[in-house]
Amino acid sequence: MELLFATAIGLLTAAGIYLVLRLRSFPVIIGISLLTYAVNLFLFGAGRLAINLPPVLRKGVETYTDPLPQALVLTAIVISFGMTAVVVMLALGAYLSGREDSVNMEDGTAPDQENEA
Amino acid sequence: MNHWIIAPVVLPAVLAAVLTLTMRHHPLLQRVFSLAGVLAVLAVALGLMLHAATGAIEVYELGNWPAPFGIVLVLDRLSALMVLLTAVLAGLVLLYAIGSGWDQRGNNFHALFQFQLMGIFGAFLTGDAFNLFVFFEVLLIASYGLMIHAGGARRLKAGVQYVIYNLLGSTLFLFALGTLYAVTGTLNMADLAVRAAEIPVEDSALLRVGAMLLFLVFAIKAALLPLHFWLPETYAEAPAPVAALFAIMTKVGAYAILRMYTLVFGPDLGATADLIDNMMIYAALITIAAGMIGILGAKRLGRLAAFASIGSMGTLLIAIAGFRPETTAAAIYYMLHSTFAAALLFLVVDLVRERRGEMGGAIQPGPKMAQHGLIAALFFGAAIASAGMPPLSGFIGKLLVLDAVREMQEVWLIWTVILATSLVAVLGFAQAGSMVFWKLAPVTDDTPQEASAPQPALPIVAVCAMLGAVIALSVFAGPMMGYIEATATQLHAPDGYIAAVLGTN
Repeated sequence: MELLFATAIGLLTAAGIYLVLRLRSFPVIIGISLLTYAVNLFLFGAGRLAINLPPVLRKGVETYTDPLPQALVLTAIVISFGMTAVVVMLALGAYLSGREDSVNMEDGTAPDQENEA
Repeated sequence: MNHWIIAPVVLPAVLAAVLTLTMRHHPLLQRVFSLAGVLAVLAVALGLMLHAATGAIEVYELGNWPAPFGIVLVLDRLSALMVLLTAVLAGLVLLYAIGSGWDQRGNNFHALFQFQLMGIFGAFLTGDAFNLFVFFEVLLIASYGLMIHAGGARRLKAGVQYVIYNLLGSTLFLFALGTLYAVTGTLNMADLAVRAAEIPVEDSALLRVGAMLLFLVFAIKAALLPLHFWLPETYAEAPAPVAALFAIMTKVGAYAILRMYTLVFGPDLGATADLIDNMMIYAALITIAAGMIGILGAKRLGRLAAFASIGSMGTLLIAIAGFRPETTAAAIYYMLHSTFAAALLFLVVDLVRERRGEMGGAIQPGPKMAQHGLIAALFFGAAIASAGMPPLSGFIGKLLVLDAVREMQEVWLIWTVILATSLVAVLGFAQAGSMVFWKLAPVTDDTPQEASAPQPALPIVAVCAMLGAVIALSVFAGPMMGYIEATATQLHAPDGYIAAVLGTN
């Protein structure tokens, strides 16, 4: 179970990093999404993997699973979801106005555009 | 419980929502309310600072849940000072944005500005590591909107790069927090400090990994080489008032390093001692060199200002890397100075760009611009402040840093690098200034005669006020150092903080 979990996180992270390094906006965004999935699982695992246990402390409950990482993961999911939406919109805007989809800024293109408002 | 502590977070948050919902189409009302909000926060910040100056550490428990179970906001000398610094900077920047009309070149400037302030204030006040992440995200998401304010293909592209870089930083932040939680079982900073100290050195590998990951995240924010790549394009392409406000964003990273590595992973903690300081000193030295050489090599004024802020972050991070009370005091003074100096430089550069029309910020001789002498004088002041020449606060700040590192092993290396790079910066600023202001291109018939157009006075007033802040920092350096030294002492004696948060006193 632990091995499977850790391998999944590792694979997601590796794939995410590979895609981020592609430097085109679409693969980069997919890569960031994969990385956020990986980190969500990682946060979940930070509370130790416990199966079939209640996430609350109650009278008569001796063993329980840590509820805090689950709350953290929820927050992280919401934030990463919002951020992905923002970056998709931005990348789309940049592509439509620049007609070009690479993430790098190349030097030498119209240096005076910095004042364009 | 002192409810004023949460005011700097709640007030901008509520105001931002009100601004978007009720005043979308009323620019004047937006300006009035936005400015009034910043002034109110400024008043609160002054009150909090007076309170913190007594040396008391005030804890605000959200929902009255005691730490470490609930989230706490903590007001100590450092956070009060940073909140006040942000409020003053925000007021001046907002004045400039209104005066120059930048706020009307796109939608929702004021609402985003307030959300940005909320995030920054929250990051300075929070006493919980995960909450720090949340406030980082709040300030980042507002900054994404501000960064691309007014649009433009090149700005959008720089914006995408900025967002991607920071999303990766956020992911790393979560990995760091997950690791720390797995090791210690808590994310409250004071509780982290207690638990981290209890972990035996031989079992501390994961703790060290967490500390290192966290440092990388803050180093990205603080633009420490080699993690600075997001900064030059972002700052050069962002609208000027936004770039000036971003001067505080790198300081958020510096603040977080200062906070976490004095409180949680302090110099006395065996597991993480010497983990980052050595590496940080060398990285900071390279940061200064890169920033100052960037000033010399910049072809546009926007990039010049961006590299000047990288250079000043290098100086600041050297002082922080000392991790002893005297270097921390120097770092805090330099932090105040470099925030205002960087913002001043961005605003002056914008004044030049606005007046030179098509030439923009190119460092080339151009036609004489409106109010040529005044702008040249302001640029001169900003350059002196940024390069660290007497009589402005940059000189005092650098002197304090040079004096504070005397006890450190690498003192000669640090002195050589700081002094040599200062010379490079002076050269760079002199070259840029003489190109832009001194050498004038001969006026031909087809040169547009914009010099006679009336220029609004408010931006100049805002820039002069910013210069006034730098002058005030130099004039009142003595009395301020009293507060700052007490701040450094408080930071390096974290027991008071821990006792206040965990209620064990």
